[in-house]
Amino acid sequence: MSKKLIHFIDITKSYGDNVVLDKLNLYVRENEFITLLGPSGCGKTTTLRLLGGFETPDEGQIIFDGKDITSLPPNERNLNTVFQKYALFPHMSIAENIAFGLKIKKKSKAYIDDKINYALKLVNLDGFGSRTIDSLSGGQQQRIAIARAIVNEPKVLLLDEPLGALDLKLRQDMQYELIRLKNELGITFVYVTHDQEEALTMSDTIVVMNQGYIQQIGTPEMIYNEPVNAFVADFIGDSNIIHGTMICDKTVEILGTKIPCVDEGFGTNRPVDVVIRPEDVEITAPEEGFMAGTITSVIFKGVHYELEILANDFEWLVHTTKFYTVGTHVGIQVIPFNIQIMNKPESEDEEAVEIDA
Amino acid sequence: MRRLMRQLLAGPYIVWIIGFILLPVAVILYYAFTSDTDSFTLKNIAAIADPVHVKSIVLSLKLGFSCTLVCLLLAYPLAMILSSFKFRHQSFVVFLFILPMWMNFMLRILSWRLLLSNNGLINTFLEWTGIGRVKMLNTPASVVFGMVYDFLPFMILPIYNSMTRIKDDIIEAAKDLGANRLTILIKIIVPLTLSGIISGVIMVFVPALTSFVISDLLGGGKVLLIGNVIEQEFMQGTNWNLGSGLSVVLMIFVIASMALMNIFDKDGGAAVW
Repeated sequence: MSKKLIHFIDITKSYGDNVVLDKLNLYVRENEFITLLGPSGCGKTTTLRLLGGFETPDEGQIIFDGKDITSLPPNERNLNTVFQKYALFPHMSIAENIAFGLKIKKKSKAYIDDKINYALKLVNLDGFGSRTIDSLSGGQQQRIAIARAIVNEPKVLLLDEPLGALDLKLRQDMQYELIRLKNELGITFVYVTHDQEEALTMSDTIVVMNQGYIQQIGTPEMIYNEPVNAFVADFIGDSNIIHGTMICDKTVEILGTKIPCVDEGFGTNRPVDVVIRPEDVEITAPEEGFMAGTITSVIFKGVHYELEILANDFEWLVHTTKFYTVGTHVGIQVIPFNIQIMNKPESEDEEAVEIDA
Repeated sequence: MRRLMRQLLAGPYIVWIIGFILLPVAVILYYAFTSDTDSFTLKNIAAIADPVHVKSIVLSLKLGFSCTLVCLLLAYPLAMILSSFKFRHQSFVVFLFILPMWMNFMLRILSWRLLLSNNGLINTFLEWTGIGRVKMLNTPASVVFGMVYDFLPFMILPIYNSMTRIKDDIIEAAKDLGANRLTILIKIIVPLTLSGIISGVIMVFVPALTSFVISDLLGGGKVLLIGNVIEQEFMQGTNWNLGSGLSVVLMIFVIASMALMNIFDKDGGAAVW
């Protein structure tokens, strides 16, 4: 494992009575693509702004490369930010925008010209240097914003929902571009988004946040397949979250039916949340599944159909590539491996999370 | 038919433009290029070379420049402070600065005349403090003071407007790229408010250059601006031809100064329009 580059220690930040971050602890490893993911107001942007130096925490420390940078102004930090709305300087040409940071560092003209060409090539906008900002599309402006940041050779690039203003196709293209950039540059990316698909596609590590608390930290696979609580399960992808009781190891009861699962160690007769992803639900003949129900809605989604099946008073969300007609009586089956058991939230904070979700 | 109706709607404005703008200008031009015997002449224009007129136009330019400079130096930091205020009553504070514009400007200048006079409130106070009376009224300085007092809002508003249009993230981006406060001011804020500055400069310099009431009231007839000379030619000298000729020259100065400012305004269309 590479070394820890950034360390947030007990960071608390509030605006008036509104506590945005409460004793946040987080580290970022060198050369990692880490994504802070959560709904608006979860504290992800504040965390990024604290790291960029645009806000100072009420309490706690930020350690960067072994040094305390908590109260260092942004212009003295060895990191650069790509802003959500690009924030390009409208009165400068593209080349001047890119050169801005280098001119402040008093680099030679030859060095700056070289860097501009290199950066423009890197973001696939070779030869755009003398054009004005207005002549660029949103996607191109965002690439220039990235170019302007990376020419300064920061150790860390902060990206604040950089693809938020772009349309879907462009957003997907830019996701691949960012991954490629990250690999070519070999620097740390700290990325903020509320888009779970973006987070899953690009990140090495995802930090799921809600209401100022970190809910889960893990690889995209871990976050998706093994969400630790109902909030994470619900926020990352669609899911069926069902109240259940852990009867004993490897057996859980949901909606009045005992079904086998693979989880152990929850004790006996313990209330739990059960997460089943819609694509993991198999549709069978009514008598073959562990419960039976009626299809109440069918929506075509392109890749699959989205079905709602009412079974044992629960609306199951099901993804399937086969077509069914509304009103069909079917059975539901899920293999034990795809049943994810989670502890019920205990603390008040987590409770709040669940209500919100 | 609809077309005709639409064109008819423009009628009142065309009457206004012809009757109150083009016609008066034409009359002035006619007077300017004719002598009192109605024959063509350039001597009314050439009269600007008369040492008395040269002196007054130089003085007008001097005071106009001073007034514009003082307004700019006062308004720019003020606009910066106002636009950086992040509280609910921001527009109320701006309103306070604009409020004097709503009072008749003659009244305001007259009240300054009382305040600045040798027996006025300010001199009484200065004597009481032991500094002694200072002659303030009827000096070029008091004229500039009056102009600044009158025209300052015209400088504040366009600069403030262009200042509020700079988004926070632009400033943050500059900081992020290593710029300190001074660099941000020089490289980002001033260039982005340039159109506001230009608007303000034009809106202060032009009325300051052509003003004659302020210099009359606060200069006491001793500060003779080109505006005063023209006024005298019309009201006292009754030489309308000479007055018109000087007016045309003054108009050329105004147009030239606006053209000069527009060279700096790359965006075109200064902020206030």
